[in-house]
Amino acid sequence: MAKRLDLKAVDIFYGDFHAVSDVNLSVSPRSVTSFIGPSGCGKSTVLRTLNRMHEEIPGARVDGEVLLDGEDIYARSADAVAVRRTIGMVFQRPNPFPTMSIRDNVVAGLKLQGVRDKKKLDEVAEASLRGANLWKEVKDRLDKPGGGLSGGQQQRLCIARAIAVQPDVLLMDEPCSALDPISTLAIEDLIGDLKKEYTIVIVTHNMQQAARVSDQTAFFNLEATGKPGKLVEIDDTEKIFSNPHEQATEDYISGRFG
Amino acid sequence: MTERTTAARPRDPQDEGSAAGSATLDTVTDTDPGRGGTDRGKATPGRGERIFRGLTSGSGLLVVAAIAAIGLFLLVQAVPSLLADNANFLTSPVFDTRDPANLNFGIRDLLVVTLLSSLFALVLAMPIALGIALFLTQYAPKRVARPFAYVIDLLAAVPSIIYGLWGIAVLAPALLPIATFLRDDLGWFFLFAPGNLPVLTGTIFTGGVVLAVMILPIITAVTREVFSQAPRFHIEAAQALGATRWEVIRMAVLPYGRSGYIAGSMLGLGRALGETIAVLIVIRAATTPSGFSLFDGGYTFASLIASAASEFSQPLPTGAYIAAGLVLFVLTFVVNAIARVVAGGKVNG
Ligand SMILES: Nc1ncnc2c1ncn2[C@@H]1O[C@H](COP(=O)(O)OP(=O)(O)O)[C@@H](O)[C@H]1O
Ligand SMILES: [Mg+2]
Repeated sequence: MAKRLDLKAVDIFYGDFHAVSDVNLSVSPRSVTSFIGPSGCGKSTVLRTLNRMHEEIPGARVDGEVLLDGEDIYARSADAVAVRRTIGMVFQRPNPFPTMSIRDNVVAGLKLQGVRDKKKLDEVAEASLRGANLWKEVKDRLDKPGGGLSGGQQQRLCIARAIAVQPDVLLMDEPCSALDPISTLAIEDLIGDLKKEYTIVIVTHNMQQAARVSDQTAFFNLEATGKPGKLVEIDDTEKIFSNPHEQATEDYISGRFG
Repeated sequence: MTERTTAARPRDPQDEGSAAGSATLDTVTDTDPGRGGTDRGKATPGRGERIFRGLTSGSGLLVVAAIAAIGLFLLVQAVPSLLADNANFLTSPVFDTRDPANLNFGIRDLLVVTLLSSLFALVLAMPIALGIALFLTQYAPKRVARPFAYVIDLLAAVPSIIYGLWGIAVLAPALLPIATFLRDDLGWFFLFAPGNLPVLTGTIFTGGVVLAVMILPIITAVTREVFSQAPRFHIEAAQALGATRWEVIRMAVLPYGRSGYIAGSMLGLGRALGETIAVLIVIRAATTPSGFSLFDGGYTFASLIASAASEFSQPLPTGAYIAAGLVLFVLTFVVNAIARVVAGGKVNG
């Protein structure tokens, strides 16, 4: 269940390229934290270190500590596959498994964890689809392929799949950027509901979205291309958008809103 | 960037209600700005467009016409011989055309030897090709995968005649212990029963192994290609759920590549069915009918026709071989049709 996340002196590399330097931040349980900043400043990179997806890229490497309720997920004794089973991720492009049925998509994570009991799987599928506000739309076609849904429905299906395993943390990388405004609103509402139970970190390009959904906002920036990205500041969302501490944050936010 | 993320995507809300199976993942990419351009191009076809369309539909028609013409040619040549055939064309194991006035030919054994050797080759090659393709695309580091893939591709460049020579001179003796074991200890199973040859070299068994090596590169190449195109975002979906390497392959790579694997295997089967010279060299002729054993000898359609090619001087005997060729022609069509049905009509489903 919802856990706390602390990053301490995190440096992230792609081979020789130092992508992000010295990130320190904390995320409390049952809250939404959004990452904003210009393209290429390392938001996705930081997000992907939080469930150890980063290391799937050849040569990629992480220094520093990422603590989940005080336990380092990069500790020698920690296993990347096990970490990912407790930290859910939703991607920019909806990615349900196209040949699996809607139901099987939702319970794919549970099945990986060895749950075989059909009754239990059906229950979780329904609960997760309800949790993702998708149940009403798909309850009559649970056995149809997940690929047959619209983009917005597919993204909610992916959210249902992520929450089916009751993750400690839910990561979302621009989950609405491939969606229309109506689906975007549906997902934003959903995030509001989910934070009652989950710790959520969301990357977004859309500042109104960050302002609408998050409790805390982290602004990342890039001094120059080729230089590592940096966390400029992290604070309550209200504070960041009304009276940020750093000039760079102010410039970025006013530039976009203006 | 605000504009980009919230910009209206008018197609999606409509899709929201449609359950159409075809409204797949593409809903996301469909909104490419490029589409508008194509539509405009269709409305007022330019000169280049017309020429191009004529050229493409023209060459399409040409291929269809050529295939129809070949089929018709075979049929016209075969019919007189079939009418003059004194044996049952479908069930007779003999193929005797020495006396044009008394033709006795049937395809029973040709069909048996062709299918047995090709299917045996397929059974051997399919799992190996799958393993190699998975290894090359999912496990091997790039610097190992490249040269290894290159070597496999090279197998396809070896001439058939070399395979034939290698098969009979090297492989057949090497396989002898295995063949002996299978016949002596598993001979109760019809495929391994003692065959109609006095020896265990140069059997359908040997020929099948040679064919398996010959079709391995084509199956591997097609399978490797579809596996390497398994979408990154589906692989990541599985990884993010905590799938192990093998589970990722099972969830995101195999379902995606399945139909391509089958299509590649059918291509390989087609090649095996039609292989001529290697089979002619490796599989010995038999004097008694086949008993459906892998240790039988005999001719395949292709090897029989090739062996008789020098005698194609009189129309009636020639027609008999053409009739056999026609059956091979139909057989490859059937294999293709089956491949399409199994692959679900598309290669990358
Ligand atoms: N797979 C990769 N290999 C090498 N460099 C990468 C890779 N992915 C991202 N980067 C680099 O890391 C930096 C941060 O990228 P990213 O985290 O995607 O930024 P953002 O999500 O903020 O737009 C960029 O300079 C980008 O080019
Ligand atoms: Mg990004």
